[in-house]
Amino acid sequence: MTVFLIRRLLQSVAVLFVMSLIVFAGVYAIGNPVDILISPEADQGERERAIRALGLDLPLHQQYLVFLRKAVTGNLGESFVFSEPALGLILKRMPATLELALAAMVLAVVVGIPLGMWTGLYPGAPSSRTIMVGSILGFSLPTFWVGLMLIMVFAVMLGWLPSTGRGQTGTVLGVTSSIFTVDGLRHLVLPAFNLALFRIALIIRLTRAGVRETLLQDFVKYARAKGLRERRVIFVHVLKNILIPVLTVLGLELGGVIAFAVVTETIFAWPGMGKLLVDSFNHLDRPVIVAYLLLMVCMFIAINFLVDALYSVLDPRVRIVTRGT
Amino acid sequence: MLCHTTSALLAVLAILAVAFPIAAQDEITIALGADVTSADPHYHNLSPNNNLAAHIFDRLVHQDERQGLIPGLALSWRTIDDTTWEFHLRQGVRFHDGNPFDAQDIVATLKRAPNVPNSPSSFGLYTKAIKEVIVVDPYTVRLKTATPHALLPNDLSSIYVISRKAESASTADFNTGKATIGTGPFKLAEFVLKEKIVLTRNDNYWGPKPEWRRVTFKLITNDSARVAALLAGDVQMIENVSTPDIERLKANKDFALFSAVSNRVIYLHLDSNRDQPPFVTDKAGKPLAKNPLKDVRVRRAMSKAINRPAIVERIMSGAAIPAGQLLPEGFFGVSPNLKADAFDPAGARKLLAEAGYPDGFRVTLHSPNDRYVNDEQIAQAVAQMLTQAGIDTRVEAMPSAPFFTRATKLEFSLMLVGWGSGTGETSSPLRSLLATFDKDKGTGAANRGRYSNPKMDALVEQALVTVDDQKRAKLLAEASEVAMNDVGIIPLHYQVSFWGARKGLTYLPRADEYTLAHLVQKSKGN
Repeated sequence: MTVFLIRRLLQSVAVLFVMSLIVFAGVYAIGNPVDILISPEADQGERERAIRALGLDLPLHQQYLVFLRKAVTGNLGESFVFSEPALGLILKRMPATLELALAAMVLAVVVGIPLGMWTGLYPGAPSSRTIMVGSILGFSLPTFWVGLMLIMVFAVMLGWLPSTGRGQTGTVLGVTSSIFTVDGLRHLVLPAFNLALFRIALIIRLTRAGVRETLLQDFVKYARAKGLRERRVIFVHVLKNILIPVLTVLGLELGGVIAFAVVTETIFAWPGMGKLLVDSFNHLDRPVIVAYLLLMVCMFIAINFLVDALYSVLDPRVRIVTRGT
Repeated sequence: MLCHTTSALLAVLAILAVAFPIAAQDEITIALGADVTSADPHYHNLSPNNNLAAHIFDRLVHQDERQGLIPGLALSWRTIDDTTWEFHLRQGVRFHDGNPFDAQDIVATLKRAPNVPNSPSSFGLYTKAIKEVIVVDPYTVRLKTATPHALLPNDLSSIYVISRKAESASTADFNTGKATIGTGPFKLAEFVLKEKIVLTRNDNYWGPKPEWRRVTFKLITNDSARVAALLAGDVQMIENVSTPDIERLKANKDFALFSAVSNRVIYLHLDSNRDQPPFVTDKAGKPLAKNPLKDVRVRRAMSKAINRPAIVERIMSGAAIPAGQLLPEGFFGVSPNLKADAFDPAGARKLLAEAGYPDGFRVTLHSPNDRYVNDEQIAQAVAQMLTQAGIDTRVEAMPSAPFFTRATKLEFSLMLVGWGSGTGETSSPLRSLLATFDKDKGTGAANRGRYSNPKMDALVEQALVTVDDQKRAKLLAEASEVAMNDVGIIPLHYQVSFWGARKGLTYLPRADEYTLAHLVQKSKGN
């Protein structure tokens, strides 16, 4: 187990290192941030002062070394645009994104798994067919368009829900989040649903496929023959066995939702990290881009590790195998 | 009898339906379209930042809605000699913390403005002409310049006055509100980066008292979401109504639109300097003997080939005015003799033949796709129009980041760009876009076509040291005529900015595109 952990840790550090190199080189290749940020009316002298102020007058490899030196102490640089520490900027906006992401994932699980099981158990029913068609729409409709349509219908035409922004936050047990206030929940509904739609569709189809496959397995026949209640057969034996692929996808999607909820955040003016990332790309705000991607790499690594650990809990056949000890 | 779950559900729905916080009559929420990067008025010379600063701080000289100079914290100003300006300051003005304003605050401001660390675009641009600041008495300040500098009042209309106590404050101090003490109509209550800004009224303001006790600015950068917020009633006013939504708001009786021509001109910059510019070839793709863009007849032909009214009507939905020079009518330094070129494809082809290109040639038009209103669509239209006149034009659109980097490195020959004259007068574009590129003089910094006309340069240089407004306006008009008659750049149109608001609100629209809450008023009779 320890060897596994150490190996994982070393791999993670290597990935982080390579990631930072790629981002540095990539952002450098796109262009010069000064050309975007500087007032067009600035003259050549002002332009050169700005280049020096942002540290861009050094050759690229030297800029990278400066970055590395500061990074090992935990300082990932200051944003070119906001003059605030890049990591601080991201962490300040992280609660909003996490809130949105978790709400979306909860919706996806709570809506997707029951619907998926229903369509798996009763595939011929008209309700199942409707759900499957709905899931195709959920896949194909672009998030951008769905978001705008949700705003049009629920905010503009019906006036039931607010159109943009995050609501008031409340603090419970030291955790500040907008899910603790009614106003916050009202603001959260549309963006969370917008973000969740694709995942709901995904989970429905995955669960359905899993259920269809597992129902044909021998152990289900034996369980029924043994006289177990149908409820137990489905919710204990079938459900547990289909959760592995669902969990894998959920893990991947969770990472994706946290890191890249950009479109939803932009449409709903949700003050999260995704929007910060896209705006940083447009401004070539390299410190924020690097800090963000490194943070997300860490997060993906952590999620993957968690998923791997959960496998061994869910499936006794899978153990974290150690070699040579 | 309803079962428990249903009645609980109904109760929840009822609560949700009425859980709106009712907005008071003296509160307003306005949606802005671009991010404010800091509450520090000296950190970044960026329009949204300056827009916010105008609420909390004042300047020595203010700009009215046409960008004409009006007294701000300075009641009057005059030149004592060629290089000395004297400003008489307003008395009885207090900062938000109660301290009185006087000349020492000007000294502190002018010291801090050019020296904010890590500034991506500093205000040193506006202070570098000032050699010395002399405090004559608490309400009189003299500024000495190294050489005669006619635009000093214009420069000062861009520098926000801070309290002397904040002279060594950091940008972070301003963002948290600790140092954000100004003399302006509002005080900063809350500043959440990239999300919202809350201002409260300064009841001791020296100017007209704003109608709003509390102003909330929401940052909604997506155009459609911003309009949706206005339609849904989440905000009472928005800026930058996108062109497709203008008709929709016009037709809606619950909303009013306010528009004004802005100081932004969209134009084509051409490489009229190099002999073998990139992306200019003959129709077969082979390089040409000489650069066609160097010939004024070719440039004039290109300008004639463009149907500006069609672009204004179809692409900009009327939110533009065809342009024949650098600023619209009524702005300082504009020539009354320059009109937008009429659409004349036959004339264009004739000029091309005269210049020796009866079969035309091939060129690539580069354009940003996320910077100006409908930039990519305008580029496509222009390319089609040029192609119909005989100049095969390909469009390559890209995001601003690579576009400006490559354009500054002179990798393009024909590009679609915009220019907003922050000072509201023509010396700004003449000096930066058309004057000969000279690093030491600081001219031609944005002259990406390296156009060079010594006659125009001389006129502009003379104008910049001519303090008499009328004489300077004439010189600038003359310089504009020289440049436009030689087609230094091809102006396409001036953008018209639109603001949308609920019925019952009025706003005096501005050429500098600022959205100032203290100028939003409730219309009479409501």
